Amino acid sequence: MIASLLAAVARAVAGGTVRWARAPVADRQRVFFANHTSHLDFILIWASLPARIRKRTRPVAARDYWESGPIRRYLARKVFRAVLIDRATPGEGADRSPEVRGRAAIARMVEGLDRENSLIVFPEGTRGSGDEMAEFKSGLYYLWRERPDVELVPVHLENLNRVLPKGELIPVPMISRVSFGPPLDCAEGETKEAFLEQARRAVQQLGEP
Amino acid sequence: MTSFDDRELLWLLAGLAALLLTATAVGQVLEQVVATPSGRETVDNVNARVRAWWVMSIAFAIAVASGGVGSVVLFALISFLALREFVTLSPTGRVDHAALVWSFFLVTPAQYVLVGFHWYGLFSIMIPVYAFLFVTARLVLAGETERFLERAATIQWGLMVCVYCISYAPALLLLHIHGYEGENAKLLFFLVVVVQLSDVLQYIWGKLFGRHPIAPAISPNKTWEGFVGGIACAVLLGASLWWITPFNPWQAALMALAIALMGFVGGLVMSAIKRDRGVKDYGSLIEGHGGVLDRVDSLLFAAPIFFHLTRFFF
Repeated sequence: MIASLLAAVARAVAGGTVRWARAPVADRQRVFFANHTSHLDFILIWASLPARIRKRTRPVAARDYWESGPIRRYLARKVFRAVLIDRATPGEGADRSPEVRGRAAIARMVEGLDRENSLIVFPEGTRGSGDEMAEFKSGLYYLWRERPDVELVPVHLENLNRVLPKGELIPVPMISRVSFGPPLDCAEGETKEAFLEQARRAVQQLGEP
Repeated sequence: MTSFDDRELLWLLAGLAALLLTATAVGQVLEQVVATPSGRETVDNVNARVRAWWVMSIAFAIAVASGGVGSVVLFALISFLALREFVTLSPTGRVDHAALVWSFFLVTPAQYVLVGFHWYGLFSIMIPVYAFLFVTARLVLAGETERFLERAATIQWGLMVCVYCISYAPALLLLHIHGYEGENAKLLFFLVVVVQLSDVLQYIWGKLFGRHPIAPAISPNKTWEGFVGGIACAVLLGASLWWITPFNPWQAALMALAIALMGFVGGLVMSAIKRDRGVKDYGSLIEGHGGVLDRVDSLLFAAPIFFHLTRFFF
């Protein structure tokens, strides 16, 4: 109930157009990966999905952000069923090496996918300014290696950095656009660099007019 | 308070329904008759527009018939959506965010609250004076000098056109006209029907007889034939509606002329902005018409001029 209400609010505020390169079939597992410029990003992707797919789609999000405060914790756990992972923030968990943390994050995501779920990930790792996409972190690659059967769907978000830029609290109701591209078509022995570049270009291309 | 006991208003709404029924019937006939691909495209677009006209007319009829509150709420919503389309197309950036938040969530509602409370003195200066200065002040506090004047002017212009100008339509309800008390809703009806039908008539005349474009660089579909034929018909329409206004027939004709001319200019100005931004429509909210701003563009200049002409002379 809260979930569909939130989805409706997100669609109203960022009231954008949603484009699909291919009409989505419900019974497939997917990883949606997108450019990241705003807190609203994952909510809007999630709200743009058809209800049947949305129910099984979980965002991958930073534990330190979503576990601070009871409302966020409730939303992350009960409403969005987020897959929470540890970020490379100084302090908590910093004693572990990046490799260990990375492997743990991949394990969490694979676990989150399970047999029927889909994920929303932002491979840039953090929110950008909206001008230029940052390089993709390698998590998406390892995730693909673990679960090559899962469809990788590029998503491009336009104008959301203007709706709610980094550091702002109140969104400006501008018209945004969510574009879902065709699933990535990756050769089996793809190198990490080539794979990540292909994924990044797929998102970028969706943003070109 | 409702206006449903107003016999004249009921006649007007019946007339509007008859007009829409005619348009729907003509659309059906055209669909049977027209065979060429380009002709079919036009017919499909016309029929989509007619369908959208039904929805818009029903919303407008409910708003007008409900008296003041309905009209204020409807036009507040139109302003909000129009400003949203305008800002989306404008090159605003992160530093403008706060000024935009204030524009959407304070200035826009406040303007319509002033209309609702019939506070003419503040209504007429809030945006040109206070919002004008406030936006500039807020932007300078954001501390970015790049394209400063351009960014400030864009937001101010958006507020002036999308909020201030549009709010003059429901503001017709706060005019005091001797011998016309409680009937102002029909003045709003007069404005909207004349301005919108003037658009439609110019479109029809242009499609049928249009040869010589008026401003090919801005809007290739606007022709001298459409302009003259459409506006002449709009003036006749306005004159024939004199009985719902405080005007006599020739006054109504002159008012309709002013409305239609201002409507034409407003449409042209909003087209020039679209051209500059490289888009065809402001949005896609209304099927066949484009965005809200594409539909109300002709109201923008007509509403304040009609308001002040009426206020001054009657």
